[in-house]
Amino acid sequence: MKSEKRKKVVKTIRIDVDKCNGCRACEVICSALHAKPKYSSNNPARSRIRVTRDPLSNLYLPVYAGDYTAAECAGRDRYVIDGKEYGECAFCRASCPSREAFKEPDSDLPLKCDLCESDPTIEVPMCVQWCLAEALTFEVREEEVEEEPKPEDVDAGLTALADRHGWDKVADALRRLAKDGGS
Amino acid sequence: MRYAETGFNLEVDLTRGSVERVPTDPRLTAHHLGGLGTNAKLFWDRVPPEVSHFDPENLLIFGTGLLVGTPAPGCNRTVVSCISPQTRLFAFSMMGGFWGPELKHAGYDKLVVRGRSPEPVYLWIRDDRVEIREARHLKGLGSLETAEAIRQELGEPHAQVASIGLAGENRVFFASIEQGKSSASRCGVGAVMGDKNLKAVAVRGSKDVYIAKPAEFLEMCNEALAFIKVRAKSPIPGVMPILAGLGSPQEMAIHDEKWHTENFAWGNARVRRKGFWTKDVAEQWTGTMETMRTRLLSCHNCPMKCGAAISVDTRLCSYMMKCFSKLTYTMGAFSDLDFGLRIAQKATEHGVDAFSAPQTMAFALELLEAGILTDADFPGMPADNEGRFYWLLDRIVRREGIGDVLADGTYWAAQRIGKGAEAFAHNNIKKTEQLPLKLGMLNPIYFLMYCTGEKANITQIEGNYPQAPFATREEREAFVKDWPQVPDERFKEWFVEWELRGEKSIPQYPPPDATCEIVNWQEKMHYVDDATGMCAGLSSFPLKPPFHIHILPKLISSASGLDLDETGLNQVTKRNRTLVRANNLRRGLTREDEKPPEDHWKNRFPELEKQLLDEYYRFKGWNLDGVPTRETLAELDLGYVTEDLVKRGILKDEGAGVTP
Repeated sequence: MKSEKRKKVVKTIRIDVDKCNGCRACEVICSALHAKPKYSSNNPARSRIRVTRDPLSNLYLPVYAGDYTAAECAGRDRYVIDGKEYGECAFCRASCPSREAFKEPDSDLPLKCDLCESDPTIEVPMCVQWCLAEALTFEVREEEVEEEPKPEDVDAGLTALADRHGWDKVADALRRLAKDGGS
Repeated sequence: MRYAETGFNLEVDLTRGSVERVPTDPRLTAHHLGGLGTNAKLFWDRVPPEVSHFDPENLLIFGTGLLVGTPAPGCNRTVVSCISPQTRLFAFSMMGGFWGPELKHAGYDKLVVRGRSPEPVYLWIRDDRVEIREARHLKGLGSLETAEAIRQELGEPHAQVASIGLAGENRVFFASIEQGKSSASRCGVGAVMGDKNLKAVAVRGSKDVYIAKPAEFLEMCNEALAFIKVRAKSPIPGVMPILAGLGSPQEMAIHDEKWHTENFAWGNARVRRKGFWTKDVAEQWTGTMETMRTRLLSCHNCPMKCGAAISVDTRLCSYMMKCFSKLTYTMGAFSDLDFGLRIAQKATEHGVDAFSAPQTMAFALELLEAGILTDADFPGMPADNEGRFYWLLDRIVRREGIGDVLADGTYWAAQRIGKGAEAFAHNNIKKTEQLPLKLGMLNPIYFLMYCTGEKANITQIEGNYPQAPFATREEREAFVKDWPQVPDERFKEWFVEWELRGEKSIPQYPPPDATCEIVNWQEKMHYVDDATGMCAGLSSFPLKPPFHIHILPKLISSASGLDLDETGLNQVTKRNRTLVRANNLRRGLTREDEKPPEDHWKNRFPELEKQLLDEYYRFKGWNLDGVPTRETLAELDLGYVTEDLVKRGILKDEGAGVTP
């Protein structure tokens, strides 16, 4: 496969937890922006950024909503960093059945950070604009990446199977399954 | 559809164990906005003067301001009202933090508590679901310990909890309600909560708060944030560093304490220590703060960092503090900052007011020294200075022995002790302890604020006007150049003319008419904030704040949909202020009560003082007894107040039109 050069825009929100004062302005303005019509209401419970805020444990951790997952994870981890212990879901971005964050409180539909996709375009996400403590900062950079054409997902999956079982077995299985499926 | 507010109050009767979600009348919002204004109205309607502080009929209201829970930066304040055990007047003690916005998102503007539970209970408010839960197992726990225990037993780590410690449980007259980094401390609101057997209120909300004109409102919020950024880079020259920026005095961030330690009084608010702030002290205290302060903290949706997490042992945060509580224990005990921060941790868990508690303890030791109290009153008290304060604090919050007397605060304790103890309770207005401050020359502006402020706390009436003139005319001219916050140009002229010495200096300058305007403006801004829930730190307290009288009407109207301009806001504010006074007048407040702490100023001017008070009363539309006239009440649509005050013989029926 032939590789080619292409320009890619990378948007990063840098989160400096040491600078967070736990004010939750990010949650307020995020939920306000995503209200319909825009800014017509606010509700931190709908926010796509959530601050874990536990002053007595000195925890201040803003986390952005990521992908939806249908199942909760089996094993969970607890992080201890500089003597501070972070809960099992603290760093996780998933909208998942095991917690209420990143879901619409009334419908349970998953929420995901879209970097304030909006018309007109908002260059700097609102949570960053409203974070005067500068715990959240925004960086945009252009990277020239050498990108090999990505193999199709099916190709990648089959290759992985062949790596494990050999092409003959995979081919047999495919023939058999295709016959069953097609009958 | 209601905007900014939810349109519902949560009414809880602890005697019956009943809970009710009650819709509110939108006309009351138009008349009083919210917060203090509507609290005062509920008290007027439902708590007649025959009800005293520890009667079950005394209400305990947690009233959020109208804009609390909207994206308006810094709008997070809750006004806690009850009849105060200390002043016996209508109390309005306030807290910021996170509790108020959470209540709004749970769907309520106010929590109104009446009655008394037979057993200790706490409230758990989860949107529409409200439970009165048993709290016997929480009895005796500290305020922060209680909050933590409740979050754990509910499995709700994000619940916001307002709670009392031992002091509130034992009805200490200066007990506070604590809520993380914030507290409603003044006037003994925690004692009334304890009297109702209510240990805590936990809240979690997940509902929307609506905005009437979103685009207009958000633009104002963005402009305020932009202004705050600019202001952070341009502190005001010529004032002490803690007051040069925005927010409440920046005690947690700034180490230079020369001004407080040398100008404020130590012990029982008497002793000034000139030359105290040496290089050694500065180094030692800076080290203490740098070691024990683990993070600067904000309240809900506010970019300021007025609070701090303080660590007194191995934990990274033992409690949170802000503002002048940093020094009140240190100075009350003639000790150092390390002691002050350590005992404040205990005091926060017990839940006591940080002005009243150290002064009351220092007062007790003065009485011991003077022989009015004796060693027999202090059995088992340690000999060392710091040990004595820990011992006294413990006796007070448990109401044991002499602690039971001291738990009533200096005014009432002196009454109980007698033998001349009254002279030692010298730093009070309206029976409640004040900042420990003793000065030379009477300042006419501060004279009126101390006399007439019904919050009984100078910081809740002062603010937007500089506390003293700058040394040179050039500095004053430079200051007024960029001062759009003033109501009109005259305020600038008065300030430019104000000299440190000579003809145009205190006590004769500003002249009484200007003094009335300046005092009225400063007080008015606090009453606006107390109704909207805006923190004073972004509005009524600092010099040159982002929110002011020319901006706030539009902020309020775009959020709430109310048709409100500057004239309208002035009218609402005057109505609220008058209604607070009316509540207090029928509780016995008289002109006699309106005076500064006994020895606040060394140089006093009885004739000038009388003239000032007369003129200010007139300016406010009150008669010479400090009672609003019929005309004033009619103009404010407070006819029902006229009727009541006349019936009670407080407003003498001198016939319409008689203005003294």
